[in-house]
Amino acid sequence: MVSVPVQAGETAAYAIEVEDLAIGYHGKPALSGVTLQVPTNEIFGIIGPANSGKTSFLRAINRMDLMTAGMEVSGSVLVEGRDVRSWRNPYALRQRIGVVFPLPVGLPLSIYDNVALSSRLRGTRKKAELDVIVERCLRRAALWDEVKDRLDSLGSLLSGGQQQRLTIARALSQDPSILLLDEFSIAVDPVTTMRIEEVLSDLKSEMTIVLVTNLVQQAHRLASRTAFFLTGELVEVTETEAMFHGGAQDPRTTAYVEGKFG
Amino acid sequence: MSEVAHAADRRDAAWWIDRVVQILVLAGGLSAIVFIAGIFVFITREGAGFVFDRFDFREFFGSPRWTPTSSHNPTYGALALIAGTASVTGLAMVVSVPFSLGAAIYIGEFATGRVRETLKVLVELLAAIPSVVWGFIGLSIMNPLIIQTFDVPVGLNVLNAGVILGLMAAPIMTTIAEDALKAVPDTYREAAEAMGATRWQVTFKVVLPAARNGLVAATLLGVGRGFGETMAVLMASGHSINLPTSPFDSVRALTATIAAELGETAAGSDHYQALFTLGIFLFLVTFAINFAADVFVRGGQRKRRRRGRRPAASANP
Repeated sequence: MVSVPVQAGETAAYAIEVEDLAIGYHGKPALSGVTLQVPTNEIFGIIGPANSGKTSFLRAINRMDLMTAGMEVSGSVLVEGRDVRSWRNPYALRQRIGVVFPLPVGLPLSIYDNVALSSRLRGTRKKAELDVIVERCLRRAALWDEVKDRLDSLGSLLSGGQQQRLTIARALSQDPSILLLDEFSIAVDPVTTMRIEEVLSDLKSEMTIVLVTNLVQQAHRLASRTAFFLTGELVEVTETEAMFHGGAQDPRTTAYVEGKFG
Repeated sequence: MSEVAHAADRRDAAWWIDRVVQILVLAGGLSAIVFIAGIFVFITREGAGFVFDRFDFREFFGSPRWTPTSSHNPTYGALALIAGTASVTGLAMVVSVPFSLGAAIYIGEFATGRVRETLKVLVELLAAIPSVVWGFIGLSIMNPLIIQTFDVPVGLNVLNAGVILGLMAAPIMTTIAEDALKAVPDTYREAAEAMGATRWQVTFKVVLPAARNGLVAATLLGVGRGFGETMAVLMASGHSINLPTSPFDSVRALTATIAAELGETAAGSDHYQALFTLGIFLFLVTFAINFAADVFVRGGQRKRRRRGRRPAASANP
């Protein structure tokens, strides 16, 4: 696969290209031999049972291996046409990639400051500008109506589902080109989950979304293509519709999406 | 150059500030090591002459005769001094461990609201009392009290110094032990309480085991504190060279010996160097105690991490 760095004004066909990716912790392999492409402006689903390497995959994309002792990454991960390990400023890479972890992380700041943090880190000081960003991101994360009257209260005191929406609002405030979601609905009630799913469907016109999920139906609802990970290997990447209607290439995938194991 | 490639490599102000701060904190960390090493080199150099020329292992650790000022036959047996320090510190631990653990458990697990906050502030205030004040209490309150109560001729002895030192170390130990209890996640307590465990069962079966390493570290730091304490021990122990056979014997501590004698020796003399040798010994012992405390805390962390070394767990630290 030959990749040319993206020229200004041009949109790459693939937001993320992964080739022969292998990840290990302290010499123990967690994931190996993964080659796949994530098309730009698409929701890309990743399903698979626990310990299949889904989270490790996400961690390799935004270079979390830099701060994880013992995490080894080999192979190549290209973001916007360039290997992430060749970015001399990894912080710039992370600014372009929003991440939502399974358990909500409301930072111990006010709700407003949680969402304004990323813009402030990048030097935005004007209150009026920040106000706009905060309101827009909270609205998009379907949280605005619940918190608009108490933006000064602590984000870490919100309920679990609210904190997760706050986390999503914070990720959106980075104005990322890629959004990585790691089982975001674990701590969120079904109604809120559905609302966030609607938001994600809208967002894909602006960014590429990688959705790791335990709920195969969530991948079915949202993802145009879905990868199936099993015990540290990529079994296949298939059009989601096909995967869920008997078109999977591997019988293990069919068994998994039909709920026969895992 | 393309726009994306620029962003990937541009080292902006934030990147440079990050670099500078990294170098500054590295310098801070290294300076701590340099100072400790410098102190060690200094006391070793001052004591080296004695250690190499005059030092007699059996005399130093085996003889209770410390008569460095004798003009015809100076002897340098530190056994009595070591025994003095050890007996006072040992008694201090007997006093302070139950007090401080009890106080920490009460403050951390049982007390609530204002009682808890008040107690915490009080304990921290106690920790701030200067050691000379504790020595003063030993001298003027404990001394007559012991003479009266136990009908002994001298009230400045192991019992006095041990109790004073124990009371002195307790607040620090309480604070550290309470921190260790506070570090136990509330979810543990709730999970245990949900099973119908009483407050004490929750504390004893769940919280204390989870905080064990921190509690041991608190105790060891208390021991280190007792070992190195000088002024209070000097004032309350009686400061007479003795191998103690009962708590009512006066003793002399290593630290107190250095403090009392160093000012009266000629720099470079055998006596001066012998005092520095005591210093080296003290340094090594406190170093060993702190090191043990550290290993204990780290050992616990490593065990916990290994238990959680399943792939999913290590992927979500």
